[in-house]
Order: sequence, then C-alpha cells, then structure tokens
Amino acid sequence: MSAMAYHRPSSLAEAAKLAAGDPDARILAGGQSILPSMKLGLLAPSAFIDLAALGELRGIRADRKSVTVGAMTTHAAVAASPEVMAAIPSLAKLAAGIGDPQVRNRGTIGGSLANSDPAADYPAAVLALNATIRTNRRALPADGFFKGLFETALAPGEIITAVEFPVPNTASYVKFPQPASRFALVGVFVAQTSTGVRVAVTGAGPCAFRVKVLEDALARRYAPQACEGISLPSGDLNTDIHASAEYRAHLIPVLAQRALA
Amino acid sequence: MAVPIELTVNGKTVAAEVEADTLLSSFLREHLRLTGTHIGCDTSSCGACTVHVGGRAVKSCNVLVAQLHGSEVTTIEGITPRDGSLHPMQAAFKACHGLQCGFCTAGMVMSAIDLLRHHPHTTDEEIRAGLEGNLCRCTGYQNIVKAVAMAAKAMGRQRP
Ligand SMILES: Cc1cc2nc3c(=O)[nH]c(=O)nc-3n(C[C@H](O)[C@H](O)[C@H](O)COP(=O)(O)OP(=O)(O)OC[C@H]3O[C@@H](n4cnc5c(N)ncnc54)[C@H](O)[C@@H]3O)c2cc1C
Ligand code: FES
Ligand code: FES
Repeated sequence: MSAMAYHRPSSLAEAAKLAAGDPDARILAGGQSILPSMKLGLLAPSAFIDLAALGELRGIRADRKSVTVGAMTTHAAVAASPEVMAAIPSLAKLAAGIGDPQVRNRGTIGGSLANSDPAADYPAAVLALNATIRTNRRALPADGFFKGLFETALAPGEIITAVEFPVPNTASYVKFPQPASRFALVGVFVAQTSTGVRVAVTGAGPCAFRVKVLEDALARRYAPQACEGISLPSGDLNTDIHASAEYRAHLIPVLAQRALA
Repeated sequence: MAVPIELTVNGKTVAAEVEADTLLSSFLREHLRLTGTHIGCDTSSCGACTVHVGGRAVKSCNVLVAQLHGSEVTTIEGITPRDGSLHPMQAAFKACHGLQCGFCTAGMVMSAIDLLRHHPHTTDEEIRAGLEGNLCRCTGYQNIVKAVAMAAKAMGRQRP
C-alpha cells in the first residue's frame, strides 16, 4: 500500500491551493520526467497534483507577433501545429526531435521548463527566442529563469500556465543527440530577434545558457563563417560517460555554424 | 490512497480503485491480465510496453493509471479482429519475419499502427524515425521496416 495521494483539481486556483498546502506534493503534467525520477529513487513526493483536467492549459495561439503555447501542450502537438510551423518552424522542429514519439505524445512544455534538465531541448528555445514564461502568479522573462541543475526561478508551488514566444526574424536549432536517449549532448539555438542576435546552448552546462561571444560575432555578421575561430572555455561544462567538457565546448561553435548553414 | 478511476480498455469500460502510483503497465498485466503488453526495461527506454491512449502510442510503464481517468486505452489484445484473424500490421510482421523472439513485437506493432494512422504514406526513413522509441535486440530492424512498409500498403487499400 502506498501512502501517496493523488489529486485532480478542476481549476487552476484549486491546483495552486493544493500545491501551497503541501510542500512535498508535486505538480504532475506528462509524467515523462517525474515517473522515471521516482523509479530511480531521486524523488518521493507525498502527493501528485495532476493538471490533466485543466483544459485551459492546453493549446496553441499564434498571431503575427507571437506564439503562445499552453503549459500542458504536448511536444507532439507543438511539432504538428501548422501555426507553429508557419510562425517559428525551428520551434516545431525542436519539438519533433524530443525523445521519441511515445515521449512526445505525453511530455509537455510546462513540465520540460519546470524540470530544467541540463540536456532538455525547450530551454534553449526559450532563452534564444526571449520567451516569457507565464505562471499563476506572474510573467517571468527567459533570462534568469534557468538557475542551475534542475533549478528554476519558480517559487515553491508556482504553476506555469503558458509560454509566449515572440516571432523572430529567423531562427534555427541544431542538436547533437546522445544516441541512446536522444537528449541533447549539446544543442544550440540561434535566433535573430527584435532585441538582437541571441544564442542559447543546452546540454553543455548545469542548465541552458547564452553565449555572448557568439552573439557578438553573429551581430556583426549573421553567417556561419562568423563562428569560425571562436573557442569557448570548458571550465564550467559537463563531463559524463557520453562526452568530456572539452568536447562539449568544441561542439558549441560547430553546432552554431551548422545552425546557420 | 485508493484512487477511483474509470477508463475504457479495448472498448470495455473498466472501473477500479488503484494506488496513486500504479503504473498503467502493471494495471494492464496484473489487474486486467492483459499480458500481451510486455515490460522490457521499466525505465521508459525500450518501448516494449507501448499501448495507445486516445489513439496515440505511449509507454505504459511511464504513465499512471490515475492519469487516465476517462481515457481510451487500446492494447495489442484490442487490435485483432473479432474473428481471430490478424490485424494487417500483425500479418505483415509475420509475412516479413519482423520478429524473432517476439518480446518487442507488441510494442512495435502498436507504435507502427500509430505511425501509419498519422503518416499513411511513409518512407523507410520515416518508419525508422517513427520507431525510434522501440528497441529490438534480435532482428536488426530491417524486416521490421519492411513489415511496416507492407502494412502501409495493405492498410491503404482498406481505407475508404
Ligand atoms: C525516454 C525519454 C527521452 C527523453 N528525451 C528528451 C529529449 O530528447 N529532450 C528533452 O527535452 N526531453 C526529453 N525527455 C523529457 C521529456 O521531454 C519530458 O516530457 C519533460 O522533460 C517533462 O515534461 P512532463 O510533462 O512529462 O513533466 P512531468 O514529468 O509531469 O513533470 C516534470 C517536472 O515539472 C513539474 N511541472 C510539470 N508541469 C508543471 C507546470 N505546469 N508548472 C510547474 N511545474 C510543473 C513537475 O512537478 C516535475 O517536477 C525524455 C524523456 C524520456 C522518458
Ligand atoms: S518497459 Fe516501458 S519502455 Fe521499456
Ligand atoms: S524480436 Fe526479439 S527483441 Fe525484437
């Protein structure tokens, strides 16, 4: 017999109240990250607060200026959305490359961002496109949202409701997938936005981050050649069984170059 | 905590009380005795446990039954016609030798059906990408890809 509780709130307010009332409870979205972590013994929540009944958190809205994706929208829905394909094709392509079809059919954008896995794909898009993360309490800018390994700017019990991506002039994402899991060994998202060129990297550090030297170089010339000769320090980057920090550092300008090719 | 749930499995309504952390894979195999769904890794890596929820392929070892209140679940047992013949995808796996030990097959068939439902005219490359979440330790995949391509033709003919 497990002591765990399961709640399926029918409103955002009820979900927030449940989350505020129990610090050891976990919001449940697709479960594609929570359930594996529980099996590994990394997580033992007292209760699930399942957002499945909150239809208002699901869906995609787009106009000429921005694309807004509800927190409970699956990766498969983003990948197949004609609106996303038309406005920000690189975002649809990113979603289509997450994990495998089964994971994409359940995993959600809100879960991916709240989780801030160091190798997750969406964080790179959110940072490079200068997206806004909307929660039940406030709107958070992309810069400063990812704080560290599995750590974000979300307060305890705070619930992501939607992510708003401004439509860029042009953008592209290239990931070097770790062949077994399809997570990013390194992924680089390059975008020309209304606030300038932004380059965001995932898979290489404790969480997604921007790379100023590449942004400056591409601001001068938005072309693959601009990445040539740029080398990045590997000091703070990840080393694991899949790749060394030096290899990851080397991949960053290489993938940026491929993104622009 | 016992959670009351009601869902449809292979067309039949199922009402039950489950623990909050009961996985769909254990519910199907241990509670409903639908053992056609296999558990290969239990770490959401191999796809052997793939079933359909609302017509889409999901790994049943990575979903809670509690999450599926009101959903429609289809397992490998639910795709065969009532007369006991084979679904065109199963028939194609048989004809093309798309299996050896058969452990991965139920999951492969469920993923492949979802793939063809959404992309009826797939290339071999798309078939491989569509089966990314399913591992096979025996066949080397060649005959699985052939089987899905054959089923695509057979299912295309069935479509009105
Ligand atoms: C085999 C496999 C391969 C994968 N490959 C990739 C990959 O290549 N790239 C990639 O990016 N990801 C990958 N993933 C992870 C996948 O994308 C997950 O779907 C995603 O990280 C989490 O989304 P979820 O909806 O499943 O969240 P859940 O697992 O339900 O939740 C994850 C975390 O977010 C919190 N949370 C969920 N929703 C909200 C919300 N709205 N507000 C606040 N907190 C919330 C939860 O409390 C939990 O802490 C993979 C997963 C698997 C199993
Ligand atoms: S048993 Fe579910 S993915 Fe392997
Ligand atoms: S036939 Fe043996 S695992 Fe695929």
